[in-house]
Amino acid sequence: MSDAHHHDHAHSDASTLTDTQKRVKALESILVDKGLVDRKVIDQIIEHFENKVGPHIGARVVARAWVSSTFKQSLIEDATKAINGEADFSEVGQHLIAVENSDEIHNVVVCTLCSCYPWDVLGLPPVWYKSAPYRSRVVSEPRSVLQEFGLELPKDRKIRIWDSTAETRYLVIPQRPTNTESMSEAELARLVTRDSMIGTSDVLTTNE
Amino acid sequence: MNSIHDLGGMHGFGPVGLEDKEPAFHVSWEGRVLGLQRSILALGLWNIDVFRHAQEKIRPIDYLSWSYYERWMHTLTATALERGLFDEEELRTGKGLSDGSSIAQKKLTMKDINKAFLRGNFERMGDSEPEFSIGDLVVTKQTYTAGHTRLPRYARDKLGTVIAIRGRHVFPDSVVDQGSEDPQWLYTVEFEGCELWGEAVDPTVSNLIDAFEPYLSRL
Repeated sequence: MSDAHHHDHAHSDASTLTDTQKRVKALESILVDKGLVDRKVIDQIIEHFENKVGPHIGARVVARAWVSSTFKQSLIEDATKAINGEADFSEVGQHLIAVENSDEIHNVVVCTLCSCYPWDVLGLPPVWYKSAPYRSRVVSEPRSVLQEFGLELPKDRKIRIWDSTAETRYLVIPQRPTNTESMSEAELARLVTRDSMIGTSDVLTTNE
Repeated sequence: MNSIHDLGGMHGFGPVGLEDKEPAFHVSWEGRVLGLQRSILALGLWNIDVFRHAQEKIRPIDYLSWSYYERWMHTLTATALERGLFDEEELRTGKGLSDGSSIAQKKLTMKDINKAFLRGNFERMGDSEPEFSIGDLVVTKQTYTAGHTRLPRYARDKLGTVIAIRGRHVFPDSVVDQGSEDPQWLYTVEFEGCELWGEAVDPTVSNLIDAFEPYLSRL
């Protein structure tokens, strides 16, 4: 929290930071004084996004899709409805769409216009997802971008790039690794990384 | 509008900067900005489309040099001023000088905080039937609007195929430009990579966008 560096920030010098800190403080104070926002509510929102939501939620969804073909089917038909129909999953928002990777198709998600991202199942987007390099290049040269993530797809693998231009949100269901038949759903969930659900990397394998 | 936010297909930004074990927030004020954004949107005076358009209006040089949450901070401040949540003097002094209850009544409280966590529902039921069906060939419109649009430049005046109908949704262009929801049918349209990027592109690539009906015409 002490480091002010940003990957998408060209001028992360201390004076800019101080200036920004002051501006944020002023904005909050004005709105609190006017009775329009509540500091405790802001604290709670931070707590929620720092500690409650994150890729562990999506990972459980993917693991369940791997072990239950019925659940996978309903997830692909209507991901919001499928997830909200499971008693042990926390509620997610509307218009979530799950797209499945296979031996034929690999899916990648981007938002070229801003930073739309399935927060309910993945938490806050990483800085790279919101950055100019990713947003500009992944639509037109996906293979070179995926290589930077260490993902080399077979040359004949079809790549679908989903640009989140409306209020729909996309979750990639990565392929289940081979030799995981004996693993439990909870163990499988631990293989599912954030980036594998965006489509920029593979899941972990049992050997890692 | 045609500005720097519409990044798809541009060159020159270099490699994607990856970070191991990235924290939710890199500095604590970023969290405050997120909390403020959620709280301000909950007041119901403007919606996410207005917030997005405000970011599009940031000068390109600032858009690229500010961090993500700096963009949010500047946008929230500018929109709040524009919409009368506070005035210049309050901003200069950093103090709220009058009660804001006449401006907005729907303050976000601990009781209804879940509103800040769950995505809203942008679907609006209505009588109209979708103009297009799955499998239809469609051409996206050419546009030079200075207003808000969710049709990226790289996908304008291009031939694609409807692969899904997503329901009838609030139309961001009208929300920003006319202040009305003006719901429209929403489709996922798939384009072959070579239609967007020319013959040199990897033939295995296809691009998909979610396109509102007014963006589309039948081939």
